[in-house]
Amino acid sequence: MATTVSMPKTLTQGQLHPRTPWVVLGLSIAGAAGVVSLISMASGEEFSLVGTVALGVLAYLVMIVILSRQIEGSRKATDRLVTALVTGAFLIAMTPLVSLVSTVVILGSERFDAEFFTFSMRNIVGEGGGAVHAIVGTLLMTGTAAIISIPIGLFTAIYLVEYGRGPLARAITFFVDVMTGIPSIVAGLFAFSLFAIFFGPGVRMGFAGATALAVLMIPVVVRSCEEMLRVVPNELREASFALGVPKWLTILNVVLPTSAAGIATGIMLAIARVIGETAPLLIVAGFTASMNTNMFADRMQSLPVFVFTSYANQGVDTQAYLDRAWAGALTLILIVMALNLLARLIARFFAPKLGR
Amino acid sequence: MSKRIEVNDLNVYYGKFKAVEDVSMLIEPRSVTAFIGPSGCGKSTFIRTLNRMHEVIPGAYVEGQVLIDGDDLYGPGVDPVLVRRQVGMVFQRPNPFPTMSIRDNVLAGVKLNNRRISKSDADELVERSLRGANLWNEVKDRLERPGASISGGQQQRLCIARAIAVEPEVILMDEPCSALDPISTLAIEDLIEELKQDYTIVIVTHNMQQASRVSDRTAFFNIAGTGHPGKLIEYDDTRIIFSNPSVKATEDYVSGKFG
Amino acid sequence: MTATEAPPQTTPLKAKQRLGDIVFSRTSLASGAAILVILALVAVFLIAQSLPALVVDPEKFIGSPPSLWDYVWPLVFGTLWSSALALAMALPLAVGIALFISHYAPRRLSQFLGYIIDLLAAVPSVVYGLWGIGVLAPAVLPAYAWLTENLGWIPLFSGPVSGTGRTILTASIVLGVMILPVMTAICREIFLQTPVLHEEAALALGATRWEMITMSVLPFGRPGIISGAMLGLGRALGETMAVAMVLSPTAIVSFALLQSTNPSTIAANIALSFPESYGVNVNLLIFTGLVLFVITLIVNSIARYIVNRRKDFSGAN
Repeated sequence: MATTVSMPKTLTQGQLHPRTPWVVLGLSIAGAAGVVSLISMASGEEFSLVGTVALGVLAYLVMIVILSRQIEGSRKATDRLVTALVTGAFLIAMTPLVSLVSTVVILGSERFDAEFFTFSMRNIVGEGGGAVHAIVGTLLMTGTAAIISIPIGLFTAIYLVEYGRGPLARAITFFVDVMTGIPSIVAGLFAFSLFAIFFGPGVRMGFAGATALAVLMIPVVVRSCEEMLRVVPNELREASFALGVPKWLTILNVVLPTSAAGIATGIMLAIARVIGETAPLLIVAGFTASMNTNMFADRMQSLPVFVFTSYANQGVDTQAYLDRAWAGALTLILIVMALNLLARLIARFFAPKLGR
Repeated sequence: MSKRIEVNDLNVYYGKFKAVEDVSMLIEPRSVTAFIGPSGCGKSTFIRTLNRMHEVIPGAYVEGQVLIDGDDLYGPGVDPVLVRRQVGMVFQRPNPFPTMSIRDNVLAGVKLNNRRISKSDADELVERSLRGANLWNEVKDRLERPGASISGGQQQRLCIARAIAVEPEVILMDEPCSALDPISTLAIEDLIEELKQDYTIVIVTHNMQQASRVSDRTAFFNIAGTGHPGKLIEYDDTRIIFSNPSVKATEDYVSGKFG
Repeated sequence: MTATEAPPQTTPLKAKQRLGDIVFSRTSLASGAAILVILALVAVFLIAQSLPALVVDPEKFIGSPPSLWDYVWPLVFGTLWSSALALAMALPLAVGIALFISHYAPRRLSQFLGYIIDLLAAVPSVVYGLWGIGVLAPAVLPAYAWLTENLGWIPLFSGPVSGTGRTILTASIVLGVMILPVMTAICREIFLQTPVLHEEAALALGATRWEMITMSVLPFGRPGIISGAMLGLGRALGETMAVAMVLSPTAIVSFALLQSTNPSTIAANIALSFPESYGVNVNLLIFTGLVLFVITLIVNSIARYIVNRRKDFSGAN
């Protein structure tokens, strides 16, 4: 026993009271507030809230570590330091995110009215007007992109899970990975290059925008569908085969219904992802102030591009344009959130219970 | 219904690996045949070749003959899908379709093939199959509940009902009780006893008492070591296998000396 | 369906092919092949459309740079620099938040927070851009002034300070905020997958929570952290609108964070210049797009290489 490290044989050791950290935090903040206000009085500058919090947190870190090291030992002190840092990281990160959401809601509700959803920007220079042309454009282009990419994506996933063996399947998996990494603006350039061949340079049309979105959407759909199909237990396929059901009917009647909720969720999330894409649409669908429901001719406005152009090309009445931009941003966020929520609900209520 | 199975010189491969070597046996109609043996000896692999379910595993193929009343399962032009309609299978773990109700699970073999069936015929088929699986009285009031809502033992009997609803000639059971509690196991064993009036039944089991209780004939499979193919060591009346086997390895296994 | 058939069987099997089976497997195969075709088309069209930019006299480009390289390099630099900054700021935070959610926060709160993070990951980039220019840029001005005054001797913070806040640091902060939810989501997922047995083994040895995390959670989650970081980097590299809206660009190469002259990024430059471009300038922009594609491809490949190499050791199956 003489050579082993001596371990304390007691089960209790010095411990900070559960409330102590909070007290220390309060003291630190109060002290920091005092110091900062002294400085601001001395230099004549404004009282800085950010400075107070920063200084207070720093003081807390130092004090809690010293205190804990004295009473609880160095291992506990490290643990407390990390707890404080991790919590701090969380709070720091939440600040911009909370600011983002609250700003969008506050500034966006300014023009979030009936006129916004019933008027286009045709012949409007100052106040008023709306984004109905952009909303319709977004729905048309995203819808078309979904119509293109859902069958391709779903059947590719079926191929990978149910049929694919060997080099071709591996190649597809690899290139789906590559496709996931295509920057959205590059997808836009691709659609432009493709359509410029048939329609000449300077082509702008809704369908080209939909093509660009489809390029971005296909890999997402493949990924999520593949994942969902793989979750279907092999036992169910075997049960179906053992009943003398051909493979295609097994896939159609057993595998797809079992994974339907998951696939629907994945598709919703894929749509939510591309519905906010701005850059490719800016390039190939362009922007316009008027309603255009023809996918194959002329520029077509979309909601994200509406937000961007309202901000970028502020007219005479700057505030009116800014208000519309924020209202557009709010609409966009609400659409995305609704899609996300819908996806969650589908996954929650329609998924068959596979767990054992 | 019910047919004789004849296996001649059957080898089973997974890619280059030979999993089962040189099996020949004759299985009589309206009988229960049990396959016993240590883990990995190829008995599950072999039972799957009797309705070509091994083809679900990539790279698996067989050499040799499996004749059902004289028709070679592996002859040219034979459709595995049609084979499986005649030779049904029940798996290790109960696997009712989670998207379907109890009733639809029984009708799965009919409905999944997109065949139409009148409501009265369907009702009759459901009742007949569930009665055949000794499950009717327990579930008749909740036929529209999901198939996964009943207990594990009931689920397994539901799977048996599903298998007999397509009116096969042979029913293969791959360790049907290994995921069940003793009471459910007993219910399944009773059911096997009844089913043999109408069907040829082949069952793989790890439980030797079960083999001695339910089967008429027993086949003992063994393996020389990892990497070697499994072989059929002895095939005889169950009574003889368990009381007076002719091979030493069989005696060691049934008396619990290894495995 | 030739390559995917099962290996040769000794007994020739000519099972009659069902029409449904044929149609279904062919459709699936065709869809998979379509993806390969689409990707090939992307590559072919981008290359074909950027070739003219390589052969034409650079005098014809907008701003008449001495060579093609002189036009592209500042953009490449700006892209890499802003993304690196964003990653440097966001990665420690993302790991911290993920740990907070997975191992520090009360269970009920953590589920809710996970949901919030997923939602934030879906917020469109144009909204982040709007927030960056409308809220963040004015808010950081005093801090920038303070930095140039007191830390101006560090080259990064050298003056003169921008009067609008539209600097590369602001753009990078916006990028960092944007990629934060994505990276957090990936890290959180992998942290939650840490085998409970590993964690309990560490705790049973008398480890504190932080020691348990360093012993079991972080080693297990390292591939996840790396792939999350690379995914975030990929997003930051290709991100267009947030940078296009926040930055006031100049064609320079400079590390200074707070001045009013900043290098632009490839993606932002395309978005801003494309609507007014004509002739060979379009080809020039498409060429820069190709460069961007190659850069993101390299980053993603590195990420996949690291993850695949580490997979065998991580214990994750």
